[in-house]
Amino acid sequence: MSNRLSHYFKSLMLGELLQGMAVTMRYFVKAKYTMQYPEEKIPKSNRFRGLHALRRYANGEERCIACKLCEAVCPALAITIDSDMREDGSRRTTRYDIDLFKCIYCGFCEESCPVDSIVETDIHEYHFENRGEHIVNKQQLLAIGDRYEEHIAAARALDAPYR
Amino acid sequence: MELIVNNIELIAFYLFAGIATAAALAVITVRNPVYAVLFLVLTFFSTACVWLLARAEFLAIVLVLVYVGAVMVLFLFVVMMLDVRTDKVREGFIRFLPVGVLVATAMLVQMIMMIGVQRLATLPLPAEVPEGYSSTEAVGMALFTDYILPFEIAALILTVAIIAAIALTLRRRPGTKHQDVGDQVRVDPASRLRMVSMRSEGKPGGKP
Amino acid sequence: MIDMLREFFLGFGPIGLLIWTVIKVLAIVMPVILGVAFYVLYERKVIGWMHSRHGPQYLGRVFGVGWIQTFADVLKLLLKEIVRPSRAHGFLFYLAPLLAMAPALAAWAVVPFDDGLVLADINAGLLYVLVMTSMGVYGIIIAGWASNSKYAFLGAMRSAAQVISYEIAMGFALVGVLVAAGSLNLSTIVLGQQGPAGLLNWYWLPLLPLFVIFFISGVAETNRAPFDVAEGESEIVAGFHVEYSGAAFAIFFLAEYANMILVCFLTAILFTGGWLSPFPEAVPVLGVDGWWWLLLKVLFYMFVFLWFRATFPRYRYDQIMRLGWKIFIPITIVWILVAAMMVHFGLLTQMDA
Repeated sequence: MSNRLSHYFKSLMLGELLQGMAVTMRYFVKAKYTMQYPEEKIPKSNRFRGLHALRRYANGEERCIACKLCEAVCPALAITIDSDMREDGSRRTTRYDIDLFKCIYCGFCEESCPVDSIVETDIHEYHFENRGEHIVNKQQLLAIGDRYEEHIAAARALDAPYR
Repeated sequence: MELIVNNIELIAFYLFAGIATAAALAVITVRNPVYAVLFLVLTFFSTACVWLLARAEFLAIVLVLVYVGAVMVLFLFVVMMLDVRTDKVREGFIRFLPVGVLVATAMLVQMIMMIGVQRLATLPLPAEVPEGYSSTEAVGMALFTDYILPFEIAALILTVAIIAAIALTLRRRPGTKHQDVGDQVRVDPASRLRMVSMRSEGKPGGKP
Repeated sequence: MIDMLREFFLGFGPIGLLIWTVIKVLAIVMPVILGVAFYVLYERKVIGWMHSRHGPQYLGRVFGVGWIQTFADVLKLLLKEIVRPSRAHGFLFYLAPLLAMAPALAAWAVVPFDDGLVLADINAGLLYVLVMTSMGVYGIIIAGWASNSKYAFLGAMRSAAQVISYEIAMGFALVGVLVAAGSLNLSTIVLGQQGPAGLLNWYWLPLLPLFVIFFISGVAETNRAPFDVAEGESEIVAGFHVEYSGAAFAIFFLAEYANMILVCFLTAILFTGGWLSPFPEAVPVLGVDGWWWLLLKVLFYMFVFLWFRATFPRYRYDQIMRLGWKIFIPITIVWILVAAMMVHFGLLTQMDA
């Protein structure tokens, strides 16, 4: 009975409601966490797995030897490779397509590559404007690799002690 | 122009009275019950406007407040939920017409007898009210002094009617499940949750 | 200045009077609509801050606030097509938004902004306001029914029952004020709260339960969180206006926010002394009465509306009904008696009407 009365009294005083409002008031004046994205960016790990690239050796020769390990390991079947013999007798890819809509950015291709050719860079701000552009071909991948080689190499060097 | 300005009250009266009559006619002639209710709202509204012209602002506002604001909303509420088959309702129109006309005539005669034909013909709108006159106050004074007994009796009858209506329609079916909101609100964490104080077991192989 | 303008227009005879009245109406309606626009921004900022984020801040950015965000949104809404469901009731479907908006704007006629600054200083002002707030439900019900959609209809039903229930509690709270002030005129009610002690003279103190109940009923009456079951986006999508788009939706939006601002104004006027200063008259500068105090109080109540929305989860429908009928109405009735006793024993002095 007295329990019930004290409960009535408490609920009429709106104590719990005011308590709740105090919580929101605290958050109202609190500093905000928002990252103003295009202007501010969160630092990325050197292990970040983003857009793919194909690398070259220092002498300009492409690394990929068309072993198709990446194609085999890819869990999303995003990689398609055709290979042929080049004039100098080495085995090279004639086609290296990655479907970026299928890709789940797991990084298995990079792990499986015996010559460190296919890598995932830390680029994640890319977009497509037309249908079909989501399939990137060998030329595009090599171009990305050429452009960011320094960056890619630095990230790999940082991670090297842990491999 | 002058004619309009000088007779603006009369024009307003005929406008509102005309709308009220037309809307009242529409209430009993439209097929869709929802439209009928809405026309009834319009009738009340134009009647309130006529009362405003007669300087009975309190009564006018209360008419809108009670009937338009509450009663008609409930009407609308009910009518919208019903799926009234209009053709079936209209079947008996001709058959009941004589009775209807009879009742209507009787009511008309009664009203004319009560109000009186002559007053009906020459009832003027009240002239300018004196400064500081408040119809609210006048109604209140009349209700709570001269007519206090009828007023209280009316209030009592209405209360009895409410209780009777609830008592008649309230069915307590056995075996229904329902929640007691009071109990739900009254729960406290202590009856639902037991805080147990336990020593940490530590990491496997670590210090106990 | 105002008198000169008035004389100028009245010089044209009846037509001039008409024009002058229209100007006065516009002078109230335009600020209300602008107020709605900025209230939406205010809401998005305040609720954002309470969620520890920022809210709109890019459109017309000054001091990190996107000042013209709402205007962009309104422009977008106005340019959109009004889609009418093929089985909706044509006439009522378009009538509903107007029925929602008209009372929301009409109620402002009797709101006093300062001593003598009111469009229609009628004696039954309090009743008029009550009428107008209760009329708003027609827009909602008709919208729900005319849309010919289950969700809209459910929303309308919920809203109708809720608005009627809380209107009673709201009306009783107003009766308390009426008993304390002895008048239905809003200006007289404000003047009745004048006194040497500043804010301690206002009615919120002797009528504290009524004050709280009036404000909470106002939140319920405008279908705002935590009483927004009429919209209930998690159960019935958006309630009564689910089928509306473009300008028709914008009008519903406008009406809802205009009603919220109105409730804030009423609370400020009826319980916290309208344009009166909270400080005793003896205090220099701050003790001066004026419309800025009313504005300040209204801004505070508007903030409380948003604060509620950011804090409380939505009520369950049966609990809403229970709160209205079983808690608010008994408390208000009891407190009307208490107020009458206070008046009888001279603790409250009525204004001589």
